[in-house]
Amino acid sequence: MKIIVCIKQVPDTTEVRLDPKTGTLIREGVPSIMNPDDKAGLEAALRLKDEYGAHVSVITMGPYQAKAVLREAFAMGADAAYLVTDRAFAASDTWATSSILAGAISKLEYDLIITGRQAIDGDTAQVGPEIAEHLGIPNVSYAEELHLEGDEIVVKRQFEDYSHLVRAKLPALITAMGELNTPRYMTPGGIFDAFRAKEIVEWNRVDVPVDDGDIGYRGSPTRVVKSFPKTVKVPGMKIEEGVEESAEFILDKLKEKYLL
Amino acid sequence: MTIEDYQGIFTFAQQVRGELTPVSLELIGKARDLAQISDTEVGVILAGNNVAHLVKDLIAYGADRVILIEDAVLDEYRTEPYTQAVTAVIEAYKPEIMLFGATAIGRDLAPRVAGRLHTGLTADCTSLEIDPENNQFRMTRPAFGGNLMATIICPDHYPAMATVRPGVMVKELRDDSRKGEIVRFDYQFEENQNYFEVEEVIKKITQKIDIQDAKVLVAGGRGVGGEAGFELLQGLADALGGEIASSRAAVDAGWQPKERQVGQTGKTVRPSLYFACGISGAIQHLAGMEESDYIVAIDKNPDAPIFNVADLGIVGDLHRIVPLLTERILAERAG
Repeated sequence: MKIIVCIKQVPDTTEVRLDPKTGTLIREGVPSIMNPDDKAGLEAALRLKDEYGAHVSVITMGPYQAKAVLREAFAMGADAAYLVTDRAFAASDTWATSSILAGAISKLEYDLIITGRQAIDGDTAQVGPEIAEHLGIPNVSYAEELHLEGDEIVVKRQFEDYSHLVRAKLPALITAMGELNTPRYMTPGGIFDAFRAKEIVEWNRVDVPVDDGDIGYRGSPTRVVKSFPKTVKVPGMKIEEGVEESAEFILDKLKEKYLL
Repeated sequence: MTIEDYQGIFTFAQQVRGELTPVSLELIGKARDLAQISDTEVGVILAGNNVAHLVKDLIAYGADRVILIEDAVLDEYRTEPYTQAVTAVIEAYKPEIMLFGATAIGRDLAPRVAGRLHTGLTADCTSLEIDPENNQFRMTRPAFGGNLMATIICPDHYPAMATVRPGVMVKELRDDSRKGEIVRFDYQFEENQNYFEVEEVIKKITQKIDIQDAKVLVAGGRGVGGEAGFELLQGLADALGGEIASSRAAVDAGWQPKERQVGQTGKTVRPSLYFACGISGAIQHLAGMEESDYIVAIDKNPDAPIFNVADLGIVGDLHRIVPLLTERILAERAG
């Protein structure tokens, strides 16, 4: 059983603050973390390894700093790690990113590919299904539970107010939700492995079988033309009075606005 | 092929077991706006098993043409047969723009279709415009946990595709006198390696509520303190004929189910009246509710960011103000 988990290093967006004067993002001091849904995906892979025995590889596309999440994955128990990195891959949209990752994955053996549902910096949820499309395998999104039965995977797949129990033949790709599990901590032995015993494999442009027309800025069908902070709403009135006065005040306002 | 070969604004009409998902009508409403600017038609793709009864609703809400694909393989949503169906319609009709709801179905289906057609897809858009000067389609979406907005174009690939956040676009008023064309689209489904089986449909046992439909929401956060605090909010919600909503903190604490969560990772709501009680106002929460018509915030902390978006901010103890307010409203209603 060979499992590949796609992980991404992201800024912890819950720590991002806006500069109150300029309205721009303060990026300094924002910690980089393994994307939470990806971490749940890695944990799911490691549990399958614990239960059935499996070889777990992690792969990420990004700059050299992204090695940090690969080392973290080693320390959690991953067996192999691949960094896909090249300036030619920069500015890729989801089409190009998924083309590159699918190209890299096609060099490896796999029965199961796990990605996070979405990354907290982009929130697109598109790269997983697009990788599956490029590889010509089924994808089951929004996995909240999963287990193996022979050469099939059984997934509880979440929708807004119901779930499906899906049975898919391997090889398949699933996208993991944070709800799937609570990821384990790194172990001391794992941390030792991460820095001494295990090596990160680095793949550059020449190592990845993918067309030039499908990578980077040129290979991206979408273009960001503008980014801007959200327009700030003008605050209304604020009062600090006693309980009685507060309740009366709200009541009067609701009547005035015909909201009662 | 050039842009001239691509015409029409198309939408995917999501239905679940024969019932339209509300965002399907919101998409048609937006598509009508866009079609007016670029002087083209609104096409709606309706796929499913025994779903023809929905065609009249789609036309009444603004579809010029409904392309209907019915087949037993489309009974429960499955990625591959729906991808085949939608891709085939797009290849046959060549719309310039294709919109999906950013739902658990749309966000699974659209990337698969975009991958198959080799085109761009912009996720979870909250604003769509066509620049009347150059006819450029501009899609705007929140990124970075709702901290930043990005405007995205798809200049050289067709159709430009987007998933659109539910609850943001506005559907048209129903007009049963509207006329539209119905096309039955014949498609031979072929089972391939991408097919999977849906063995069971598991309904959630919690009572089905949709906070996106509520006119009044009484939302609580960490400052509510627990389930007892939420009972106070329930009293106010009942007095106002509203529903309870929740911040992420209150969901994470286990006080409220995920279905009631408002925010970037929850739902976007725009009720007539939104009470924010004990919610400090993290950006990710504000992203889901700041479009509400009238916002009342009650929080102890005078510096809470929620007060920056509130029309009426009350600095004080919600545990004392809410019960008294509830009492006053009930008295007012009684007479």
